Amino acid sequence: MSDATTGSVTPATSGLLLVLAHPALERSRANRALAKAAKSVSGVTFKDLYESYPDFVVDIETEQAALVAHDVVALQFPLFWYSTPSLLKEWLDIVWLHGFAYGEDGEALKGKKLFVACTTGGSAKAYHAHGYNRFSLDEFLRPLEQTAHLCGMEWETPFVVHGASVKDDAALKSEAERYKARIASLLPARAEA
Amino acid sequence: MENFLTQTLVYLGAAVVSVPIAKRLGLGSVLGYLIAGVVIGPYALSLIGAQADVMKFAEFGVVILLFLIGLEVRPSMLWDMRKAIFGFGGTQVVCTSLAIAGASMLLGLPWQTALAVGMVLAMSSTAIVLQTLDEKGLRQGPVGRAAFGILLLQDLAVIPMFALLPLLATVAPQTHGDAGGHGGASLVAHLPVWAQGLSVFAAVAAVVGGGRYLVRPVFRFIAKARLREIFTASALLIVVAVASLMQIVGLSPALGAFLAGVVLAESEFRRELETDIEPFRGLLLGLFFITVGAGVDLPLVARQPLLLGGLVLGLMALKFLVLYGLALLFGAPKRGALAVATALAQGGEFAFVLLSFTVGAGVIGAPLAALLTAAVAVSMALTPVAMILYERVAALMDAAIPDVVPDTGDFDESEPDIIIAGFGRFGQITGRLLSSNGFKSTVLDSDIEQIELLRRFGRRVHYGDATRLDLLRQAGADRARMLIVALDDREKTVELVETARKAFPNLVILARAWDRRHAYDLLANGADAVERETFESALALGATALQKLGFRAHRAHRAAAYFRRHDRRMFEELRPMWGQEEAYILASRDAAQTMDRLLDADLHRMRPGDAGGAWDTASLDEELRERAQQEGAD
Repeated sequence: MSDATTGSVTPATSGLLLVLAHPALERSRANRALAKAAKSVSGVTFKDLYESYPDFVVDIETEQAALVAHDVVALQFPLFWYSTPSLLKEWLDIVWLHGFAYGEDGEALKGKKLFVACTTGGSAKAYHAHGYNRFSLDEFLRPLEQTAHLCGMEWETPFVVHGASVKDDAALKSEAERYKARIASLLPARAEA
Repeated sequence: MENFLTQTLVYLGAAVVSVPIAKRLGLGSVLGYLIAGVVIGPYALSLIGAQADVMKFAEFGVVILLFLIGLEVRPSMLWDMRKAIFGFGGTQVVCTSLAIAGASMLLGLPWQTALAVGMVLAMSSTAIVLQTLDEKGLRQGPVGRAAFGILLLQDLAVIPMFALLPLLATVAPQTHGDAGGHGGASLVAHLPVWAQGLSVFAAVAAVVGGGRYLVRPVFRFIAKARLREIFTASALLIVVAVASLMQIVGLSPALGAFLAGVVLAESEFRRELETDIEPFRGLLLGLFFITVGAGVDLPLVARQPLLLGGLVLGLMALKFLVLYGLALLFGAPKRGALAVATALAQGGEFAFVLLSFTVGAGVIGAPLAALLTAAVAVSMALTPVAMILYERVAALMDAAIPDVVPDTGDFDESEPDIIIAGFGRFGQITGRLLSSNGFKSTVLDSDIEQIELLRRFGRRVHYGDATRLDLLRQAGADRARMLIVALDDREKTVELVETARKAFPNLVILARAWDRRHAYDLLANGADAVERETFESALALGATALQKLGFRAHRAHRAAAYFRRHDRRMFEELRPMWGQEEAYILASRDAAQTMDRLLDADLHRMRPGDAGGAWDTASLDEELRERAQQEGAD
């Protein structure tokens, strides 16, 4: 019997919820390296969406409980068509509901931090007004930023790895270390709170 | 009464002792019964007295067999099989009769007697053939169908034979009243021919009409009374009544029972009838085989061993050659022709009936009839042996073809990732998915037809019972990563999972489960994961139903997906209770209680709103409406 909840970890009572969305993680060296580094930080709860919900039928109750139980929500994903992979969008659509995440009675996420870690195929230069993609990555991430705002969450400066697929092992290793440090830096703030 | 009890004791005892031993030795149950019969028969231990009564009783087993076969046969299927029945079957009866008659004339019999012997011996044994084919798993598929067609025509051919045989009389018939044996117990024999014909017609019409218009209302009435034993009794009543009716008008009771079965094949009571009658079939057929064994006249065999041996071998060789030739002529592949010819190369139970009839009619002398009876009995006893020989030869034939992997030979060039036990409608799909994703699989299946087909497509498949540990090991179970069990048999599936778990602790074992309870059993016996075979398809049908009831496609899909997840959680929740304090709730007789509990949980958990209505929350609409009003007011 396959189990729909495979890949999700029992929610901790506090800490950082790392939500990874990559439909072909087996081919992504960068995202694997980043996830591995982040998972090694204590206080991080790891959730692999494409592993948990291969049929895209996200379990609302489980996901909402996990969100409530953490102080930091981290979204890690490769940029697909200037946006998130479809399952991450589905997860937002179906879990971050009116009355839960936003709206008059929606205060479940209020005060929490939203942190985005994003990888791109193109170089940093491409994400520029005069570049190939005509807009900066910050601009592409505006919908998420506004989502955080609407939900009363603190928007953290995103962590970005450009040109992820062409980086060599050494470069990836240093990015992973940088990511690990960033994740860890998000946690103590919570400990003080 | 005491005599009856003693006899029962002897018959049952003999069967219980010899059949399992024969099975264990790989001889099959039919041979077990036959040997039991020989041992307890009048010519060996002589534990049974006059067995004529038992014989009649036992012949009823054949009647029941034909009834059950009839239940499986829809008229459209008979029509599809007309070529096998009339073409192959008819030609076989004629050719075999003539061949045996010719051989008999060469041995010095007058032509009339020779022709009678030919007709008598052209019959094969429905009971032995079908039972043997069943055990070999050959019943379905071309071999089984061809054999069945021939047997059916032979049963039909008995009728004209009863009419023809008296014409061949060379001596004055003995007492006329005795003339019939079984077939001649006809009450209409003294009537003029047209009246006989009319009564036959009336009887068949009564069976067909009664089956269509009378039996079903009666069954519905009885079913409402909810008395299982009365239902069984009425099922038996039908068979006995039809058999008696046929006997009265001089037709074959077995054929009548077959007809009754066909008539009832479309009725809603078919399954119930089958399950009720099935146990009688097995027991009575067993009894029949025992009486055949007991009927082997050992002193006669001892006195004329060479003559009898020659007769048996000659008979079987002749029938085999005719059948083999005809099968090839009718387009069967060599293996299939070999199987059909081997299976049908014996004398049949109708030979006993016809022989006593011919003796009465003065066609065949009593000494010759005794000799032929013994020959037929021995040939029947040899059929399972011949089938074992056939399997050896077939295996050799396979080995002779270079690009086909031998059945029980070595598997060692294959290093399978996965072993699939059972490659039927379930295993095939799983197997195709895995192999199309680059995994090497070894398939074990015991359906020879299926294997022949797959081999033609170049697949690596092996004939064999996967529950055999040695075969599993040969198939590479100690090197493979995974075993997928998709056998059609519930008990065998559990058995295989248990065996494999113990012998190969590192193997990942996935199994196809029949239902929830079977799934628990499999998990308890060491399966790593199970899939209920009907679960996904039932869910798919449910989703389609929701769509047809007006749900949009995506909502129907989500509803099914939510149900799946919910059901799997329930499955895991109930699992610890399986086999423990609440086992009784899950046990079959309390299935209704479990069902209540599950339905209740579904209703609670699956209430509308939970199931995929996430986006269109009413609260958002309300808030937006309020905001619009405020903005308008500002």
